[in-house]
Amino acid sequence: MATETHGAETESAGGMPQLDFSTFDNQIVWLLITLVVIYFVLSRVALPRIGSVLAERAGTITNDIAAAEDLKQQAIDAEAAYEKALIDARAEAGRIVGETKATIQADLDKAIAKADAEIAARAAEGEKAIAAIRDSASENAAIVAKDIAKDIVAAVSPGKIDAKSVTAAVTAKMKG
Amino acid sequence: MATEAQGAEEGGLVFHPMDQFIVKPLFGYGEVGAFTITNVTLWMALTVVAIIALLVFGTSRRAIVPTRSQSIAEMMYGFVYKMVEDVTGKDGVKYFPYIMTLFMFILVSNFLGLIPGAFTTTSHIAVTGVLAMFVFLAVTILGFVKNGLGFLGLFWVSSAPLALRPILALIEVISYFVRPVSHSIRLAGNMMAGHAVIKVFAGFAAIAAISPLSIVAITAMYGLEILVSGIQAYVFAILTCVYLKDALHPSH
Repeated sequence: MATETHGAETESAGGMPQLDFSTFDNQIVWLLITLVVIYFVLSRVALPRIGSVLAERAGTITNDIAAAEDLKQQAIDAEAAYEKALIDARAEAGRIVGETKATIQADLDKAIAKADAEIAARAAEGEKAIAAIRDSASENAAIVAKDIAKDIVAAVSPGKIDAKSVTAAVTAKMKG
Repeated sequence: MATEAQGAEEGGLVFHPMDQFIVKPLFGYGEVGAFTITNVTLWMALTVVAIIALLVFGTSRRAIVPTRSQSIAEMMYGFVYKMVEDVTGKDGVKYFPYIMTLFMFILVSNFLGLIPGAFTTTSHIAVTGVLAMFVFLAVTILGFVKNGLGFLGLFWVSSAPLALRPILALIEVISYFVRPVSHSIRLAGNMMAGHAVIKVFAGFAAIAAISPLSIVAITAMYGLEILVSGIQAYVFAILTCVYLKDALHPSH
């Protein structure tokens, strides 16, 4: 090595311990032993271990990110399902309201019809009663009229006219 | 050691800015042999311990949510891995453990060297030279194995005019062989210079009048050195990646 001898000349004959060639073999021997030891420790133990730890961490991180994506998707799905359930429930409620309204309406209609029929029946009954009363009243009036007419006729011309013809005449008159 | 010779400079003040770089036996005195346990051994062992503490014990819980030490380990891993992938492409990723080894060794050595009283292994040209030669040889051999003689196309700039190509080829060849030199001296030089400057400022602290200024200067230099430690490890690693890319995809 040319540079070393050059350096030795300028440093006034072995001023630098670096250029003391008697120690070179010692340094080189220990250096080679050191390098071999370091190389074996690194290549057999340290580097595979660190490499596997780094790979494992990268794997874990990837898995965690994937899991997080999964959970996020699940949350989105759950939200959608919730929204859907809400809409369904609203529709169901609307349907039940409509159904109930219809049922109530039907019941109401039935009750009203029933009430109408009853009212009609009562009215007919009342009319019948009124008609009966009216009939009996006009009958009574006819009887009274016949009796009065007989009495009047008897008073005006006694014994000449029979009761039958008077009654017929009164009936004809009343009809007229 | 010759460092004592420098001591008499600066008007009576005693400077030993290079003493911190002396390689000496940890137990007793004497010659430094190939397998002598020295301060180099100690601080390289501490580097290994620190790397194991951070990257092995720091990640022992394999937590999905990381602890502080695991975060740092993962950051280092991610930083170097991304650098290798960005610079060399997908097919360079299988050389990631080698580059990680270099990066962690240099980074931790640089930072450990900043502990007061520590010995900075990466400030030695012997250490960085071996690292750079390791990269140079690996990249060159890999280039020929992967591309055969096509690897020589790295030196033949096909986009340049034909007349210029031989000259460019010469320059490319020279620059290719200078790579390990610059690669190693950049790192060692940066580490050595910073530590030496801090030591010089520390020497000035002996003068009472200058000592506050000296302490401020040491603090500032220390901050700068922390930055340099990180950047030099990064530069070494990214240049290794660039050289590796040349070996894998030699066409310009």
